This record gives sequence, structure tokens and C-alpha cells, in this order.
Amino acid sequence: MSGNEVLLEVDDLKKHFKVNQGWIASLVESFGRGEPDYVHAVDGVSFELREGETLGLAGESGCGKTTTGMSLVKLHDPTAGDIVYDDTRLSEASDAEIKQFRQNAQMIFQDPFESLNPRMTVYDTVAEPLRIHDIRNETARVQRALEFAELLPAEHYFDQYPHELSGGQRQRVAIARALVLDPDFIVADEPVSMLDVSLRAGVLSLLDRMTDEFGLSVVYISHDLSLLRHMCDRLAIMYMGKIVEKGPTDQIIENPQHPYTQALINAVPVPDPAVGRERVELQGEVGDVIDIPTGCRFKNRCSEYIGDVCDQVVPPLEAKTDFEQDVACHLYDSAEGYDPYQEMTGSPSAAETGDEPESTPADD
Amino acid sequence: MAQEEQSTRSIYTDLDDSTDEEINKWERTFRLWRETLKEHWGMLTDELSVKLSMLTVAGFMLIAIFAPFIATHQPLQRQFQGDAGIIQDKWAEPSLLGGDTEYLLGTTAEGFDIFSQLVYGTRAALLVGLIAAFFTAGIGTLVGLVAGYYGGKVDDALMRIVDFLYGMPLLPTVIVLVAVLGPDLWNIILALIILQWRSTARVIRSQSLSLRERPFVKAAEVAGAGDWHIISRHLAPNVLPMTFLYGSFGIAWAILAEAGISFIGLGDPNTVSWGTMLQASRAYSALSFGAWWWFVPPGICIGLLVISGFLIGRGYEEITNPKIQ
Repeated sequence: MSGNEVLLEVDDLKKHFKVNQGWIASLVESFGRGEPDYVHAVDGVSFELREGETLGLAGESGCGKTTTGMSLVKLHDPTAGDIVYDDTRLSEASDAEIKQFRQNAQMIFQDPFESLNPRMTVYDTVAEPLRIHDIRNETARVQRALEFAELLPAEHYFDQYPHELSGGQRQRVAIARALVLDPDFIVADEPVSMLDVSLRAGVLSLLDRMTDEFGLSVVYISHDLSLLRHMCDRLAIMYMGKIVEKGPTDQIIENPQHPYTQALINAVPVPDPAVGRERVELQGEVGDVIDIPTGCRFKNRCSEYIGDVCDQVVPPLEAKTDFEQDVACHLYDSAEGYDPYQEMTGSPSAAETGDEPESTPADD
Repeated sequence: MAQEEQSTRSIYTDLDDSTDEEINKWERTFRLWRETLKEHWGMLTDELSVKLSMLTVAGFMLIAIFAPFIATHQPLQRQFQGDAGIIQDKWAEPSLLGGDTEYLLGTTAEGFDIFSQLVYGTRAALLVGLIAAFFTAGIGTLVGLVAGYYGGKVDDALMRIVDFLYGMPLLPTVIVLVAVLGPDLWNIILALIILQWRSTARVIRSQSLSLRERPFVKAAEVAGAGDWHIISRHLAPNVLPMTFLYGSFGIAWAILAEAGISFIGLGDPNTVSWGTMLQASRAYSALSFGAWWWFVPPGICIGLLVISGFLIGRGYEEITNPKIQ
């Protein structure tokens, strides 16, 4: 992949949504017990995206991966934390810098039936970003983008409306719209999950080609690990708004360390009856994202639960001694000597060998 | 420009941006509009009832436009017998029914020609219907779009105004307005507009509330579109069929309301409308004199126009909402 320069840096991103209660309840609350309830959709996520790199965000539904993706293209304003693009902190960026960012950050949505305006022709849909940014040579660019998305001949599609197209063609139009501004990075939110299986391979190879020919950085959001393995250089596994494991794709798929990642990978079917695997099945449901439990968020479903430390100390995402990827779990020794046992309340003697503890994770 | 980023590869780098070749925008927009309208027109006129209703409305429109040529007399000029013009010609029998006068539908108790009044009444009805419907649909759509798109405090404020208007009853409001501003056709139209945009605003608001959460609006946001761009390019075209629908129902409703207001005597005494004709016939007890030709024709005209308006609206509803086809 080209260059190792960091294009986008996400720094402790948090997005909390206020639970809507109606005005009487909020009035009562303002006199009474203070704080309203928040859904902790994304709760302290940090990663960086290098130029030309493809990053996969995986996790079950409701883990905050889509909210993270939408925050990356500034569809949400983060509650806390920041995104740094091209040495600009987006929270402090001027209007001109935001406009520049908008030109370079695009998104591909999950549902091609919803992501195209039913009353706009293909040409108008693809040309719209060019008109917003006053870029000349509209027709030629639209034609190039459509041809790149393998909608041939492009002129044939100019005056068609979305309802005249198939799902695969619509997603290609959406991809052409994302590419027409020649962006630096794209967030692809489940780009093929709504398509027929027969159409997926075509769209996926188009996305592959897009990464290559544009030198794009892409963030793929999906729950489909086999897809992410095929598409991504690096993976980040999310659970309840936090990244639990992050590293090179092959490392994570071949040698998952976090109990949650292990369970996810185990759930992927293998088309070979001879392959025997140790099954790790997930018990129970995803925890409450309003009243976040103390300690590790995965503790109630974890098969490797090791007692009070999981209950009381939030495991930070950090490098571990034994393997390449970063893991947020107390099972493994920190490479930097962080000792979770020192954080435990009531039993400071439980500490084993810790040097000085790293700064504690900021949340909760 | 995107070309400044030379570090990344691109398929656009060889494009010569100094030339600006574009397909003719106006011609293209015009062609697309014509196609859409043609398609809608085809779907509308597919149904016999809609076709008949459109013919009826078109007929009334022609009558309204050419009223001076169709009417045989001035609508508000008393008719006198003979050339001497001494005795006022009232309660004349219609010549259609064999009365030996020159009045097609007879004359009123005040000596006005009923047929001419009927013809000129078409003007008032269509004027009220079209103007009131245009403004109610327009204001309602604008308010609904703004409230639905911005949400929050803007939405709260606008919708509280709408709630307040929902609390205002038709007749007392008209009585107050007419008392303050004077009995004028334009004041009645004003009252109808004030009371009618509320329902359009509510429906359009709920539509734009759901539209603004759709991914194509998000996609426009990601591309950097501003508020007005999103409202005008993405929300408005999608609520426009609903606006037309409420507009066509609004025509019928406004005509009916104007007739009702005039009938209870709050109409403009200097304008002839079907409602004032009915009011006059009641005031002079036309029913007890057996002069049914005074009040039946305006009643039929009101019924025909209102039913036509509703049928066209109903036909259009089938275009906007394919589920009820």
C-alpha cells in the first residue's frame, strides 16, 4: 500500500445520544435527580487510518460501528474526543477546512434503495457533489465515474431514475457518487449486505479496484468477518462502543485473543465438515448501553471470566507481550507494564508485580 | 479543486478543466419535467371519473373566463318591464320552462337575472377556490418543510402555532375577521387561508421528518450540501405530490366554505357568488313561492365543482400513494 502517512486519526471518540423522555419528564428531572439518561453508542474509540489503507470495523449490531462511521464523515458531532484529518482537528476547523474535508470524505451506505433520491436521475445524483463544490467539467466527470463503476454505456444511465435500476446498479451509482469528488477516504457501511448474493462479488471487486486505482483509504463497516478478511489490511473489533481488539487482519482472524473476537470468529461457518473447531458460544445478550456496567463490558458473557478484576477495572486497549495485535482484556500481560490489579478498590494487596500504572482510562 | 491532491492517484487527472463542456442543462431539465408530467397526466386521465371531473372543471373555467359573453344581463342590474322601465321585473318565470320572458332562468325577487348571476358566480367560486388552495398549499408546505427539517425548537414553535390554529373554529373566526376588515371577498379568502394551511403543514412536516432521516439526505450532507440545498433538492420534490393533493382538496373545501359563509349572510354584498344567491333566495323565501329555479341551479353548480375537485384529488392520491390503487 502507498505511503505510511497517517491520514485520519481518531482520538478517544465518544458519541452519546440523549434518551428522549418528553418535556414533562425532563422538567421533573431538572428539579430532581440531575443527569438525564444517555445511550453510550460510541464510548472512547481511538484508531488511525493511513493513506491507502483499508480498515475493517466489525461487531454485532448495536455495537456502535455505524455511529463511528458516521462520525468519521461528520454526520454526527462527537460528544467528546476528536478526529484529526490532515493535521486539522475537526472540532476546531474553519468553514473552509470543513468544506475541504467534505470534499475528501465520502460515505457509501448500506441500503441502495434508500440512499438514492427517488426523484433524481442518475446524472443529477452523481453530479450533485460537483455542483455543491463548484467543480467544472461536470459531464465528463460524471461519465468517468459511472464508467468506473461499470455502468456502461454511461449515457444510457444519465436519465434513468433509481426505480428503473436493480439493487446492484443502484449501489454502483452510489459508489460513483462517492468517487466523483476524488476523495481521500471513504466509509463503506455494509456496502453489500443488502444485495443479492449473486451481485455481491461484482460490487466487491469494484470496491477493490476503487481502493487500488484511487489510492483510497477505506473504512469498511460490517458484521461479516469473511468479507472483512477479504477486503481489509487491518481490523478493529468493537463491543458496546469500545474497540476490544485491533491489529493486522490475518493476525486477528488466525489468532484471535479477546474472548469476544474468538466467539465471533467461531461463529463464521466453515464449509468443510471435517474441520473440527473448539466452539466458543456466546451466552446472553449485549449489555445495557444506558447504564454501562463497571469494569469490563463483556464480563457477563465472557467464558474466561477471571474474577473481581474484570468486575472493577475497565481493561484498556493496549499492546500485549505475547502477540502483535492490541487487546483490551485482563487475561494477557501488558507490554508496557500496566497492572490492572492496582486499580482494584478494597484489595490493593492483590497487586502482583506492577511497576507504575499507566494513566487510567478516562471514562466511567 | 480535487486535482491539488497530487499525492493520491485519480482517474480524473487527465481531464482538461479549462474547457467546460456541458450538456444543455435547461433543455435537459425541461425534457425531464415534460416526461414526468406526461406520465402523471397519463395516470390521472386513466380513470373515467377523473376524466369527467376534469372536463367539468374545465367547463366551469371557460364559463368564468368568458362570463361577459355568456351572461345575458348584468348580474347586479335590476331588470325592468318594457322600454319605459317603470315596473321592476321580479319573480319572472324561466323562459326555459315556457315563461314568456327573456330570462333563461327567470329573475329574483330583487329583479336580477338568475342565469347571469349563476355565470358570474362561477368567477367568484373559482377565484376563491384557486387562490385559497394555492396559498394554503404553499404556506403549509413551506412551514412543514422547515419544521420537519430543522426539528427541535423551530419545529416546536411552528407546530404550537398550528395547534393554536386548530383551536380556531371556522365561522366565529370569519365573523370576527369580516367584522374587523369589512365584508369583502378578499377577506373571506384571507380567513380561509389562515384556517386551512394548518392541515397541510402537519402532513408535510411528518413527511419531511421521515425524509430527512433517509440515507440519500445523509449522502447529500456528506457531500457538503447546505440546509437550503437539502430542503429544495431533496425534501421538496419528494413532498410535492402531497402538496398537489392537498391543493386539489383545498380547492373544493374553500369553495364549499365560501358558499357556507355567504349563505349565513357574511358574504360580500357587491360580489355575486353561488353562496350569496342561496342566501338571497332564503331571505325572500323562494321556497315558499315555489321558485325553485332560484336556488337549485347554484346548489347543483356548487355540488358539481366540489365533487369534481374531490375526485381529481382522489385520483391524484392514487399516484402519490400506490398502495390504495
